[in-house]
Amino acid sequence: MANAGSPAKSRKSFREITQTRKFQRTAIIIGFTVIPLFLLFLFTYLPFGEMVGFSFFKMKYVGKRTFVGWNNYKSIFRRDDIFSSLILSLYYMAGAVIQIAVALYLATVLSMKVRFGKLFKAVIFFPYLINGIAMGFIFKFFYTHGFVLDTVLSWAGFNIDSLPYWLRDQRINNWALVYASFWRYVGQNMVLFIGAIMSIDPSLYEAAAIDGANKFQQFKYIILPGIQTIVTLNIILSITGSLSAFEGPYVITSGANGTGTYFVVMDRIAHTDQKVGLASAMAVFLLLIIFACTIAQKLIFKYAFRNAQTDDESYAARKQRRKAEKQAAKELKALKKAQKEAR
Amino acid sequence: MARSMTAEERRHKVKHHYTPGYIVWTIFKYFSLVFISFWMVIPLYSCVVTSFKTDTEYNSTNVMTPPSDWLNFSNFADAFSKANMGVAFRNSGIILVCVLAGSIIIGTQIAYVLNRFKFPGNGLIRNLFTFAALLPGIAMQVATYEIMNNLHFINHLYGYIILSMGTDVISIYIYIQYFENISVALDESAIIDGASYHTIYWRILLPMLRPAIVTCIILKGATTYNEYYNANLYLQDKQKLCTVATSLYTFTGPMGSRYNLICAGVIISMLPALVVFIIFQNSIYNGIAAGAVKG
Repeated sequence: MANAGSPAKSRKSFREITQTRKFQRTAIIIGFTVIPLFLLFLFTYLPFGEMVGFSFFKMKYVGKRTFVGWNNYKSIFRRDDIFSSLILSLYYMAGAVIQIAVALYLATVLSMKVRFGKLFKAVIFFPYLINGIAMGFIFKFFYTHGFVLDTVLSWAGFNIDSLPYWLRDQRINNWALVYASFWRYVGQNMVLFIGAIMSIDPSLYEAAAIDGANKFQQFKYIILPGIQTIVTLNIILSITGSLSAFEGPYVITSGANGTGTYFVVMDRIAHTDQKVGLASAMAVFLLLIIFACTIAQKLIFKYAFRNAQTDDESYAARKQRRKAEKQAAKELKALKKAQKEAR
Repeated sequence: MARSMTAEERRHKVKHHYTPGYIVWTIFKYFSLVFISFWMVIPLYSCVVTSFKTDTEYNSTNVMTPPSDWLNFSNFADAFSKANMGVAFRNSGIILVCVLAGSIIIGTQIAYVLNRFKFPGNGLIRNLFTFAALLPGIAMQVATYEIMNNLHFINHLYGYIILSMGTDVISIYIYIQYFENISVALDESAIIDGASYHTIYWRILLPMLRPAIVTCIILKGATTYNEYYNANLYLQDKQKLCTVATSLYTFTGPMGSRYNLICAGVIISMLPALVVFIIFQNSIYNGIAAGAVKG
């Protein structure tokens, strides 16, 4: 392995050593980057480029291709199935906001002292590790009329005959699918937030607890400011995540009965209808939305969280933040004191 | 880890006073935890219960009624052979080993170069990877399918393996982050001792990266083991080339209503994940937290 121009064995002049070093350096830079870059090009940028090209043609996987200009893009807005699938992502966005709120609550509670805390954490997290197909079967079974969900609801006093068909009734089936995604991902969000909460300076809690701040105040003045970056990041990511919702509807309902999300419809157009050009245009259009969201996210972080806890914040910035946090804790203390005196 | 432990301890040193507010909060806290956990467990519990039932029992009892015989493993044996899961586990094993080995080598090497060497194009390569992370794989599959077809990669394990190895941007980020915490002085002293860059990478840095590698094995391993969309698309010979995730597709056809069998299959497919989860719980949590930083 370590032989190409290795200067280890014989003592050479200084000049020769630098020369071989330089050669070695170039060799290792090229040797270690060529395969990853090739794979990146082959499976990311080449398909990306081809897809942009496809989007201007009327074509199938095999056979003749005709140039149609912007027509594919226009039909994204004209076809009802595509447009309504974009509306569907609003369900997933609402679900994502609830999911983040619940995950935040669970993370706050579980990062405090709780009996069986580890067990709760494990139970809530485990669904994240289940594969998509298995999840599809589990939820088909769960929602079948008279099966799991209906049985549980009948324990709570509901009459099974009055319950809707969860996956067929168009008023409710998208919420049912959103719940499946909640079930799968809420634990992952929770673990993420617990990680962020654990990195908050513990002396802040001490100070707050000594001053008699209750759990809600601790959450509002210490935990929330400490993790606002990661929460904001997750809210923004949930927008792109909702637009690209795929697995749940794909495996549970196959997009039937008005549950086809954007990517499910795209998959059908690409593989069943073989309208490759239109499917490509849909993908490009969604990627543009995702870029817009990402740029918005970068701007928000640049201007709104300049002092916040970012991943690559400098030592000085961290020091400043700690100082600000301590100051906030002090203010809280003073506030409490004033309240006590007023009493 | 050590720091967060002390953090937790210090946080709870303060004694609670049993005020009404505290009692209400405690009741609410445990109620909410039990309530949410209940809804998390119910879908899985019903699945476990059903998997132990015989056909007649399944047809005659409610889905939530426990089975009469908790040792009735016949559904598991049946599901295992019907869904060809022996082959599926072998394939998934081969895929996991190759993909993990490949992505560790590729990921650590590119991270080493990007972190340790300044050269024109370094920033460009980083940006190319960051940008790639934004593109959802499903969106690109239309064009990827054609490329896979042209390379004759469809219906071959190696084709699927190379595709899955592809670009694992999150692992690369984790490795780069980890390299930043390993002092460059270490490399420099090795260079003075006459070690080549190759030796530094293989003998010094790679062993030191072990915690990061464990994290990535867990993250990448879970996604690879659970991946089914590409496996379904590119491994079309479902008899010989099924993976654990796609073998479950067997149950969508005429067996689609025999849920006792299906649930047994689902549980078999979950078992490896469950075992790994129980053993490596903490590394998994840390991995999720680390992997999602740049998300």
